[in-house]
Amino acid sequence: MQAFSDIPVLKDHLLTVIILVPLVGAFCTFFLRSDRVVRWFALAVSVVDFILAVPLVLNFDRTTHGMQFVERHGWIPSLNVQYYLGVDGISVLFVFLTALLGWICVLASWNAIDKKVRDFMMSLQIMQAAMLGVFSALDVVLFYLCWEAMFIPMYLLIGRWGGANRIYATLKFFLYTFFGSVFMLVGIVALYNAGGTFDLQELMKHGYTFDFQVFAFALFFIAFSIKVPMFPFHTWLPAAHVEAPTAGSIILAGVLLKTGAYGFMRFLLPMFPDASQFFSTPVIVLSFIAIIYGAFLALSQDDMKKLVAYSSVSHMGFVTLGLFLLNKNGIEGGIIQMFNHGITTGALFLCVGMIYERTHTRDLKDYGWAAKKVPYYAVSLLIFSLASMGFPGTNGFVGEILILIGAYENYKLNVLVLIAGIMLGAAYMLWMYHRVSFGAAEGHGAHGDDEGHGHGDEEHPVRDLSPREVVAIAAFVVFVFWVGFHPMSFLDIMHESVGQLLTQVNGPAAAISSIAGH
Amino acid sequence: METIVSIKPFLAVLTSLVAVVLICLSSKKPNLREFWSFAAGGIMFLVVISLTPAILGGKIVAYRLFTLLPGIDFKFRVDALGLLFATTASFLWIITTAYSIGYMRSLKEHSQTRYYSCFAIALSSAIGVAFAGNLFTMYFFYELLSIITYPLVAHHEDADAWRGGKKYVVYLVGLSKTALLAAVVITYMTTGTLDFAPGGIFRPGMPSLLVTLSFILFIIGFAKAGIMPLHSWLPSAMVAPTPVSALLHAVAVVKVGVFSVVRVMLSVYGTETLAAYGLGLPTAFFVSFTIIAASVIALTKDDLKARLAYSTISQLSYIILGVALLTPDGIRGGILHISNHAFSKITLFFCAGSIYVATHRKKISQMDGIGRKMPLTMAAFTVGAFSMIGVPAAAGFVSKWYLAVGSIEAGSVGVLLVLLASGVLNAAYFLPIVYRAFFKEPPPGDTEFEHIKESPYFVVMPLAITAAITVVMGIYPDYFLALIERMLP
Repeated sequence: MQAFSDIPVLKDHLLTVIILVPLVGAFCTFFLRSDRVVRWFALAVSVVDFILAVPLVLNFDRTTHGMQFVERHGWIPSLNVQYYLGVDGISVLFVFLTALLGWICVLASWNAIDKKVRDFMMSLQIMQAAMLGVFSALDVVLFYLCWEAMFIPMYLLIGRWGGANRIYATLKFFLYTFFGSVFMLVGIVALYNAGGTFDLQELMKHGYTFDFQVFAFALFFIAFSIKVPMFPFHTWLPAAHVEAPTAGSIILAGVLLKTGAYGFMRFLLPMFPDASQFFSTPVIVLSFIAIIYGAFLALSQDDMKKLVAYSSVSHMGFVTLGLFLLNKNGIEGGIIQMFNHGITTGALFLCVGMIYERTHTRDLKDYGWAAKKVPYYAVSLLIFSLASMGFPGTNGFVGEILILIGAYENYKLNVLVLIAGIMLGAAYMLWMYHRVSFGAAEGHGAHGDDEGHGHGDEEHPVRDLSPREVVAIAAFVVFVFWVGFHPMSFLDIMHESVGQLLTQVNGPAAAISSIAGH
Repeated sequence: METIVSIKPFLAVLTSLVAVVLICLSSKKPNLREFWSFAAGGIMFLVVISLTPAILGGKIVAYRLFTLLPGIDFKFRVDALGLLFATTASFLWIITTAYSIGYMRSLKEHSQTRYYSCFAIALSSAIGVAFAGNLFTMYFFYELLSIITYPLVAHHEDADAWRGGKKYVVYLVGLSKTALLAAVVITYMTTGTLDFAPGGIFRPGMPSLLVTLSFILFIIGFAKAGIMPLHSWLPSAMVAPTPVSALLHAVAVVKVGVFSVVRVMLSVYGTETLAAYGLGLPTAFFVSFTIIAASVIALTKDDLKARLAYSTISQLSYIILGVALLTPDGIRGGILHISNHAFSKITLFFCAGSIYVATHRKKISQMDGIGRKMPLTMAAFTVGAFSMIGVPAAAGFVSKWYLAVGSIEAGSVGVLLVLLASGVLNAAYFLPIVYRAFFKEPPPGDTEFEHIKESPYFVVMPLAITAAITVVMGIYPDYFLALIERMLP
């Protein structure tokens, strides 16, 4: 990797290159004709992008909270808008996650997308570039540009390649997200008026009056919490997830939702510390509602994809809770949980997509033979289900335990609600897994005899994982266990930046110790 | 206390995990596949035994694998308590493998590769719990055991099996995800560590509400211990094949539960802290209810395995009762009962399985005169039953003796009465079976009776061995007692 970063372009403009690769890729894809070539080209582009993101993490200096890989150029001088990129210990993880999910998404849509493959891959790549932009932008206008740019390809992904009810889903997605964006735009204008700059870091230092903080907090909060989505803005999510193609769902769950929570950390906490303290309890309560309510909704689903979608609502509740606990364990737990959710839920959507490709149904009542007929698939699904419910040794446990500890530090009885959420999480995941893998014996799906031999429809044998699918799943499995057994390699990256964030929110005095701290 | 760093505890856990790979690879060759189980069991037992001299010499064997988060390690720590449990579990795994061969092949069970692989991982988890060096490691293996035994419980894949399996998971995972996790978090936040220490990590002077609350959460969270009212998963799990019931639901799974409770009482709280917060005797009285109630329910069961299941629930609480007395003899009796009950109860389950293999009968009322056709099986059953009742020269007598002495030391006549009453109840539900088997005439119209033969050797030999060991341990309990001496405060 060292040799890599010695190339001058990569040394000075790594972030720009990472963002431009998919964008240029999309442009080139436009001129390709054969579907086969398009697929391989898209895969090559996304793999290159991922390979470029690796030195970003490896060369990241963990000892400072400052922005790194900074690129800064004037853009619109009259408004003092700049092309200003950089990553800190928080955003670098999400740049990496986005790049990782990129090539997995291409693999996931290899066979699933058979119409307009070129257009699909172009949308995917533009989406990729926009998401990378969101996580690395340090100029508010640039951030907003990328933020809105994410929206169009996502709209296309769901609206053109989605399921039967896709128009309804896209409309809902459009209305909700657009509604939020309008508030954010107002917020940005207000910020510019108050701070006189679009430079994110300058804006953080400005120090606003409490009234202004509350006002701006509300504006940004609406925008970001719709994206997360937090209760009560969550209803667009299941609709969008269910209709989206597999790759769309992976991106949606893996990255798009993270942009909302990332916004909390980039805008709300550092810029409006007093308002964040002021609204901390209400946000925590909303998160609790999301955790419990989302879990109950997941518990009652018969549609596998909807179940995973509602589990997202519950899991993102853990994230927002962690962030607004405003202590080190909570925030680090929240960030690691964001990363985990990207891995685990992305993987679960991948699994849903795989079984849907084979059976063309998502109804859990139609399954129940996976353990017999597709054992490797069943094992993969088991790993991700366990990760999702926070089994020790998987990534989910690390996030859960950090947030639990953070919640306990904040207020002891918080633990009660969280524990209920965790238990419900175990319930819907195990119940889902049972219905996918073993349920046929209960007579739902049913061609099996009493001894448990020969379940499933023998005339249409279901094939187990193909090598392409194994690669995609293996990538997820690696991170499930990597975070599960060695979370320090991820926590180390974010320590300094989280410390800085806490200083901004709580004031310098609040150097609260963390179990993952120094 | 001197600490030796050695990779052996990790090796013991690893042995059966490696065996899983070999078992899966040789799924087409049953003999080779079962050989791997034997080999792994043998190696595991030898590794465990090789730790004995160090432990008897008053040392601790420790091995840190890696650090999860600062302050939360994944590490092993072997002390006398863990060694006692690991010795019992790894030895009985070898015996059970032999028994499984006889049982599973006689009944031509399906999915035997899955069965043996899950069994091996379950053993790794049990040893992992025994050798865990802190609450996190223990929690990890505890959860792994819950998940990996699910396919074993639901082995028959019929409606009953699914129902039993569902209940099993709901109770074990549900309670460990809630109560146990909360208890671990409270422990960590209150004491700042999760590592086990000889005198406990809770100290007198810590907030009494948190200490009491976390203790209660631990007791609830370790639902594998089968304390009432959280016991009902255990009888439901008896839908599993008999070797599973034998090893897992008499030895590994339930004992992991009880072991964890004992471990938490001795190495997280410590006898002094428990005494200081007044948590000892209330626990003893709480589990006394389980001892009596489960025995009474056992009286009403006609299904042999169900009766054994309730007997297990009752006997498990003896162990917790003994430690909760907080007196040296109480602790001695309680810990000794871990291995005594393991050998006796596995004998009884083996016998139930043997009867099923030979006759396909499960109900006690159908067992009239069966001892004449299956003398070896029923003789072993009698030994196991005597041990449960506490007849001298059987293993159960020794532990019950110490428990009774312990209750007097603790000055609690109530507990003594519970022990005596329970002994009578044990006799009341075990002796009629022995009586039926040997002294009652088979019902006149029973045409099948003449064709009953003793089970195959692979079934009979293991139960003869465990019955013999039950007697040996009743006469010569010194090995385990010497180990327990190291655990006394």
